[in-house]
Amino acid sequence: MINLILFPILIPLFMGIILIFFHKRVILQRIFSLLSTSASIVVALLIMDKIKNEGIQTVNLSNWDAPFGITIVSDMVSALLVLTTNIIAFCCILYSFKGIDRERENYFYYSMIQFLLVGVIGAFSTGDIFNLFVFFEVMLMASYVLLVLGNTKIQLRETVKYIIINVVASALFVIAVAYLYSVVGTLNMAFISERISELGDTGILTVIAVLFLIVFGLKGAIFPLFFWLPGSYNAAPIPILALFGALLTKVGVYSIARTYSLFFYEDSYVFALLGTLALITIILGAIGSIAYNDVKKIIIYNIVTAIGVILFGFSAFNTVSLTGAIFYLIHDMIIKGALFLLIGIMIYITGTSNLKSMSGLIKRYPLLAWTFFIAALGLAGIPPLSGFVGKLLIIQGAFEESNYIGGFIIVLSSLLVLLSVIKIFVKAFWGDESDNVTKKPVKTLLLPGCILVLLSFLIGIGVEVLLPYISLAAESLLQPENYIHAVLKE
Amino acid sequence: MEFLMAFIIGILFMCATYLILSKSLLRIIIGTGLLSHGVHLLLLTMGGLKKGAAPLLGQHVESYTDPLPQALILTAIVISFGVTSFLLVLAYRTYQELGTDNMEKLRGKKYD
Repeated sequence: MINLILFPILIPLFMGIILIFFHKRVILQRIFSLLSTSASIVVALLIMDKIKNEGIQTVNLSNWDAPFGITIVSDMVSALLVLTTNIIAFCCILYSFKGIDRERENYFYYSMIQFLLVGVIGAFSTGDIFNLFVFFEVMLMASYVLLVLGNTKIQLRETVKYIIINVVASALFVIAVAYLYSVVGTLNMAFISERISELGDTGILTVIAVLFLIVFGLKGAIFPLFFWLPGSYNAAPIPILALFGALLTKVGVYSIARTYSLFFYEDSYVFALLGTLALITIILGAIGSIAYNDVKKIIIYNIVTAIGVILFGFSAFNTVSLTGAIFYLIHDMIIKGALFLLIGIMIYITGTSNLKSMSGLIKRYPLLAWTFFIAALGLAGIPPLSGFVGKLLIIQGAFEESNYIGGFIIVLSSLLVLLSVIKIFVKAFWGDESDNVTKKPVKTLLLPGCILVLLSFLIGIGVEVLLPYISLAAESLLQPENYIHAVLKE
Repeated sequence: MEFLMAFIIGILFMCATYLILSKSLLRIIIGTGLLSHGVHLLLLTMGGLKKGAAPLLGQHVESYTDPLPQALILTAIVISFGVTSFLLVLAYRTYQELGTDNMEKLRGKKYD
């Protein structure tokens, strides 16, 4: 029992509230936002170390014993995700100093980022299914405001759709929780898992599993529920897009992984369904990413592909593929953040996101070009960058389950992903310089992108250092007994 | 009683789905409101409709009601209240800026 694991939720919560009081003092806001995310990074590292040495950490809120009160649980999966989330948030805030206009900064931009972090990190660390819903809503409320902040026509139009989709998804979430409660009579995830294993295989559980898949699939953008994502994300300004693309969809993926590994691990039907949907998601995402000539759209469709790859790795559900899925999840959060921030600079320089009207950027911005090139290779999974190990393990895991078609589709999709990002590199950076290339100071904008790409590179080389943590995370998903034991203290 | 509730919830869901599928933004918002009412009633019903005393120790009565679904509904109501009010303000602002509340017209590449 240690309160340390509450800090990643409490720090952004209080910081968000404090920042509201001096929302016109932009410099102070920037400094405080950076300080609070740095503090969260340190705390997340401490938590990871503690979990590695002492096992899963839990806190019972208000000291109500485990199945009755709300429990906050931090195992290696959530600790790793909390750490990555804070690193991405740090870089996005750093980018916002120059990358977003003063008007937005004046109107609660930084507080809303902090509230978004509360929701995301809370969703990663809660051990109560209804509390997960509440943190989802905190996250969504902040994301509505961030998406519409600035009041441009396209933002208003897309935010309306985004909210309506999410209101329906939230309603379905409550329905799923209601059904689950009527079957098991508890909301504590560990206790639900124990009750379900006593119940055995009943039809209603499959219904609940599919309902959860729909709910989290809507957030996480899997086929056929990703239709809203390209439109809505396209409307957001770059730092917000980077935050959303790197974090929000991953919360959906994490929730699928958590609920499926705890509740429905005996139900092979839903895992087969998840695997099939993941493969279709990969194919459609890859097609989308090569179909567009808009840099934003290309990277946005790459989110969809990555979600498919992670969920496919998860659905194979053996040690190797789960290790790969978690590795790929963390890699993807970092590299997507980096790519969005880098294309943001390209849009800033040329004033357009259309690939056809930009070329020859490499002459004046060589550092940007080569950073983007490394990030592109990392996204496609070229060794020794971080995408390679994750994909390799996922494919290996799929082959262990003799799912050759799935492994083959992932390999093929990597080629399409590579094609889609190299297309950006070739068209935007090579060739004669187009008229709209202006001389602008981009050093400060480039810094956060470089940090993330460097991190991705380091992860790629230092796999051996990171692997014990990742396999611990995979183990905690694969063996729900440890989780149950840690929460219920039996 | 559960049977009756199931009917009411079904009708609420039916109306909500019909309204959400319509073109007018305001009707859609009313639809989401009805949807959340249906969901809250469903949550109450799935928790079991029991008669009994308040769940306090030392009351010495035969049956207690389950307090948990009520607590959950309260939370869900507050959240859907917040989201609906935000959505209403946003819809008004959208109408002011774009001059239409017809969802058919709120699409395409016009503002890309």
